[in-house]
Parts: sequence; structure tokens; C-alpha cells
Amino acid sequence: MSSPQMVMYEEEFHEIQGIVDRLVRDANAQVVFIIDKNGQLIAAAGDTDQIDTTSLASLTAGNIAATGGIAKLLRENEFTTQFHEGERANIHIQLVGNRVILVVIFDNKTSLGLVRLRVKKSSEELNRIFEALLAKVQDPNQETPFAEITDDDIDNLFND
Amino acid sequence: MSFINYLSREINCKIVYYGPGLCGKTTNLQYIYNKTNPDAKGKMISLATETERTLFFDFLPLALGEIRGFKTRFHLYTVPGQVFYDASRKLILKGVDGVVFVADSQIARMEANIESMENLRTNLAEQGYSLDRLPYVVQYNKRDMPSIAPEEELKNLLNPNGVPDFGAVATTGEGVFDTLKAIAKLVLTELKRGSGATGGNQASR
Repeated sequence: MSSPQMVMYEEEFHEIQGIVDRLVRDANAQVVFIIDKNGQLIAAAGDTDQIDTTSLASLTAGNIAATGGIAKLLRENEFTTQFHEGERANIHIQLVGNRVILVVIFDNKTSLGLVRLRVKKSSEELNRIFEALLAKVQDPNQETPFAEITDDDIDNLFND
Repeated sequence: MSFINYLSREINCKIVYYGPGLCGKTTNLQYIYNKTNPDAKGKMISLATETERTLFFDFLPLALGEIRGFKTRFHLYTVPGQVFYDASRKLILKGVDGVVFVADSQIARMEANIESMENLRTNLAEQGYSLDRLPYVVQYNKRDMPSIAPEEELKNLLNPNGVPDFGAVATTGEGVFDTLKAIAKLVLTELKRGSGATGGNQASR
């Protein structure tokens, strides 16, 4: 099913950023990402300089979409957790509220058990925030940046 | 669905290039990638088979400039064109803001074009979208090939509603940016008009 538009406001962003910052520390992870199911990066924390975050977001969303497709074939609702183990890096992918994806990249300085434990707690908090955000986005009285955009603004974008 | 970030002042939109196998969807993205300023693009990702057929999708993030202080970013995706990858095609259409249908102008591929167009309609409907309400343009690619159908005939077959359409030779870039600009404009115009409440949205409730 198609989902409503995703909008991120300052207040919610700071709450979400607070959670991913804490998750990096508590899980002793290298990087934590939050991505929406369409592949847009929402927030990131940790050692993100070494990673192409845009590509990672798109590929992770593709991965979750493919896994969701497999789940459907098996008449499962969703597979909410994925874990990939590498030689140096491991990646834990968690679907939160069937809406956003929480990605934790970690090495052998921590353990899968700890990561799972911390992810579970963060997921619950994130789920609450995104539910509230969704309600806010669907409120017809919310302002949008598009209302003031003119056709000329759009045309000007394409004038070389 | 588009993603508006008030904090970083960004508007992100998703455009999908659809069409039959070997029609030139990936070639369109490759040309755009090669001709775009490095500051305005991210890495292009191709999930392809060993024989360079698209297996899952190609992905190219592109920044187009600012509108009223908001950076506009477009994520361009292609679908795998081969008929048996239908399950993957459906996944890539999720959250789409605009579609480019790339048709193969060669007479021998006419049936494949029609089949792919019908497949697009079906797969969009499954996601709660309608091609008649979604920003949508058509490209008649491979205009340089020897046995091609006249554009008029292609229009009649593939573009009965008269959406913006373009002849193209994706390998040399002819028509590639015209197509991209047209779809980007339609997507932004739709966002302005509906302020986010596009057809897909309404149909899902």
C-alpha cells in the first residue's frame, strides 16, 4: 500500500537524533541510521564519514522491500529483523512500526546480544515518535512549503 | 512519496524509469550520471547480473537546485525490464512520485512496449496509484535504429492521453535531459498543487 508523505520537523528530528546518538553509545556501535521505507535517509549518528549514506539508505530500503516481498509469498506479515555478519563489520536491520528502518553497523567491540537489546528499546521510542509525526503530517491544517511555490520558481530551476 | 525535511530544508522525490527489457532505462541514468556536475550527484548504483542486465534496480541521487530555500533532490530508479522480474518491479514502484516510461522505438519491440505499459498500470494499481493521476512522461528511445515505428504511431499506441513525450537516443544523450526536466517539473507541480495529497495517498485510505 502507498503511504502518506513523510515530513520531518525540527522538534521531532531532535528527538529522533537524540535516540540514535544514544543508541550508538549504548550499543557500542560504529554507525546508526534511520531510513524510511522508500530509501530516504532520516537521521544518522556515529562514524558516518566513511560511508556513502545515500547509497546505503537506498540499498537497505531495497533489501527490506525484497524481504517484505518474500514474507508476503510465505504469508508472513513482515520479517522485522535482519542480521548480516561480515569478517569485520556486522549489520543489524530492524523494521520499526512497519514504516522506518533502524540500521546498526557494529564490529567486534560489541555483541549481537547487546545490539539487539538496545535496538529493541530504541524501536519502541522511535515508533511512538513516528506515530505522532504521522498524525501531525496528516493534519490538513499543517503548513507546507509548496503552497508558496510558483510555477515560475519551478521553471527557474531548469534555466541553465 | 516525497520526503520534506524542514530541518535540512530539503525536498526529496522518487522518479522511476519503467519500460520493457533493453529499452535503455539504465542508459538514460548512465548518461545523466556522466553529464552531471560531481557536486550535484551521488554514486550511481547498479544491481545487475554478470551480463549487465538490471537485476533489481539502478539508483542515482541527483540535486537539481533550490526552490524558495529548499534544496530539491531527486532519486532516480530504474526497474528490471525483463518480464520475469515482475515481483522486483512492484517493490521499486513503492513510494514513487513520478514515472518515465521508456519505450523502444523498434517495430519488433512494439508488443513488448504495450505489455510493459499494461504491466505498469497493473503494478501501480496494486500500490493504490493510477497512471492517469501520477506525474508521468513517455520517451520514445532508440530513434537512431534502422527499423523504427514513426513517432505518431508510438504516440497513438503508448500515449493516448497526450502526456509530455520525447524522442530520444539515450546512448548519445539526445532527449535524455528533456525527459528528466519534464518529469521533475511535473512532480514539483503536483507537490505544489496537492501539497502532498497525491492520488496514491487518497486511494490508500
